[in-house]
Amino acid sequence: MKQNTDQQPGNNFIHSNITVYSPESSVKHPVHMIYYMFRDLFASRELAWRLAIRDISAQYRQTALGLLWAFILPIANTITWIFLSSSGIVTIRNTALPYPIYVFTGTMIWAIFMDAVNAPLQQTTGAKQMLAKINFPKEALVMSGIYQTLFNGAIKIVLLFLVLMLFKIFPGWTLVFFPFGILSLILAGTAIGLLLTPVGMLYTDIGKALPLLMQFLMFLSPVVYPIPSTPWAAAIFKLNPITPLILTTRDWLTDFSPEYLGYFFLINVLVIVLLLVVWIIYRAAIPILIERMSA
Amino acid sequence: MNETLVTVENVSKKFCRDLKRSLWYGMKDLGSELVGRSHNYDGRLRKDEFWAVKDVSFELKRGDFLGLIGRNGAGKTTLLRMLNGLIKPDKGRIEMHGRVGALIALGAGFNPILTGRENIYVNAAVLGLSKKETDARFDEIVEFAELGEFIDSPVQSYSSGMAVRLGFAVATALEPDILLLDEVLAVGDFGFMKKCFNKIGALKKKGVVIVFVSHSMHMVSANSNKVVLMKDGFHKEYENPADGVEAYFNLFQKNGDQGIEKVCIGNNSINFHHVDIHTKVLRPGDSFVVSILYNTDVDYLDAEVDIAISTSHEVSNHFQATNKAYKKVIDLNKESKSLCIKINDVRVNNATGNIHIAIWSHNREELLFWCRIPVEFRGVDHATGNSFLDVFYDIK
Repeated sequence: MKQNTDQQPGNNFIHSNITVYSPESSVKHPVHMIYYMFRDLFASRELAWRLAIRDISAQYRQTALGLLWAFILPIANTITWIFLSSSGIVTIRNTALPYPIYVFTGTMIWAIFMDAVNAPLQQTTGAKQMLAKINFPKEALVMSGIYQTLFNGAIKIVLLFLVLMLFKIFPGWTLVFFPFGILSLILAGTAIGLLLTPVGMLYTDIGKALPLLMQFLMFLSPVVYPIPSTPWAAAIFKLNPITPLILTTRDWLTDFSPEYLGYFFLINVLVIVLLLVVWIIYRAAIPILIERMSA
Repeated sequence: MNETLVTVENVSKKFCRDLKRSLWYGMKDLGSELVGRSHNYDGRLRKDEFWAVKDVSFELKRGDFLGLIGRNGAGKTTLLRMLNGLIKPDKGRIEMHGRVGALIALGAGFNPILTGRENIYVNAAVLGLSKKETDARFDEIVEFAELGEFIDSPVQSYSSGMAVRLGFAVATALEPDILLLDEVLAVGDFGFMKKCFNKIGALKKKGVVIVFVSHSMHMVSANSNKVVLMKDGFHKEYENPADGVEAYFNLFQKNGDQGIEKVCIGNNSINFHHVDIHTKVLRPGDSFVVSILYNTDVDYLDAEVDIAISTSHEVSNHFQATNKAYKKVIDLNKESKSLCIKINDVRVNNATGNIHIAIWSHNREELLFWCRIPVEFRGVDHATGNSFLDVFYDIK
């Protein structure tokens, strides 16, 4: 595996820059590996930014509705659930917030999380051609995905604020924590997405099953309805690691005191650990994926 | 100048023929990689696997220009991709000193919707240039690519040549220590190819190591100082490029009777069973007759016959002609069963070579026959080159 590359231009590469490729596994030298992981991450920032700008501007240049696409789906979802509950087709337990706001904040936050989950596989698949032909720090793809999720998320959040104002709900001082909530959702989403990417690149089954699984996961999270009162269902909801992330983020936005703050922090620590692990897997997987994609 | 920049030691790589199995091996390899085992599987082949590259070793020093040649599928591109670090070797070791620039694909990462200007920044970032460095080289890139006002148009409106020029311009702006080129120059027009070779020449002068994959033996022999010929994953290194080029051509020779190589001897309806030039040696001024015997069920009227002479000294043909050029009509009909063509006054000195004969049906719709006959061109006394000197006194 790569033991030393220097993507940084302008260095005196002649003396310092030796790259060795051998069949040896990079995991055998963990200290080296972690050093190169962070160095590549650092080296990828310019490229990640460029790729994000490229994708965002390309994404909106050829659409008539433009930025609307960032929130059409969550809005459609919100309208569906407001219809379902107000028509009495489904009965939803009283929520502390007005139900439309509860659904709207929930689906918007969920949509940001979804974007984060989808991004790694999407970015890596989209960069297939580039991966097969150019050597560059692969971290750029993941970072670019995060930037794009942040950009699309920002549009959603602006809309979210407008709607909150309309309903005369004004966020309190806890709003300063709201970005941390969003960030931990994005990191959790990225970790899950990154975990699925190596297998998803080899077998398209993953990409096909992902929307289905995410739909299922949404119904096990307090997105469009609160945690149910039936004990066994409530237990499942509380086991779902996404639950504290969504609830805490929503509480910070709408000026409620978060109920599961401890759990929220625990999940965040786990997410960071998971991210590191899946990052290692991702790096190890890329050369194998390239080989199998083009063989 | 004697610094070694590229060291390749016993590098091997295996691939799998079966897609489903290949994906499954990929999963297994990933597993081995993660538990810290190297995924070469003790260097053994699993079911459906084969060595795409086997035990390749060579060294390149500053200023070396390596021509990497071989038939399609011989492992050239696989080797190049290992040199670039895109895929890991299954055995052996590669050491690269310095910044590596690779033109394995021109314009990889071009987004068709974005403008040339935007794409330059994206591509430069992919190759590892910062925005500041790209700014500094921007004008040079645009000038080299000859894009003019098109620089602010979306890349999807570019001609393929324009996209290629842009890709090459960005890649060489990287100022690499090692440049890997994979058949990418074959696409541009003549003027641009000339420019590319001037650029490559300038890089060579600066001491850049260039690895050049090509099927153009002319480009290989004109530029390289070393040749590696790949065949079924194995390699052979030639210090003298001419030897390498000759060995490359020999790959395509299936030597039959008297060294006559017949690539194609007919189809279901026509069969060429004998070809001869009745001599093995030609002296300047000699004529020769190609006689061909065939059997055919249908008449091939107004056929075309190419006769070419190539010598080992030259990359292209020394002489080539078709019967059309000399306004001769050739019919291959059921009755005659033989064909004789006379070439007058051959003027070649001191060379070994081949006479190529190709027979086509009307309008070159089908290649019916193709063979090469080895021949020796003897010189007159004191002649050393392969051309024949003739003197006229009546030039005004």
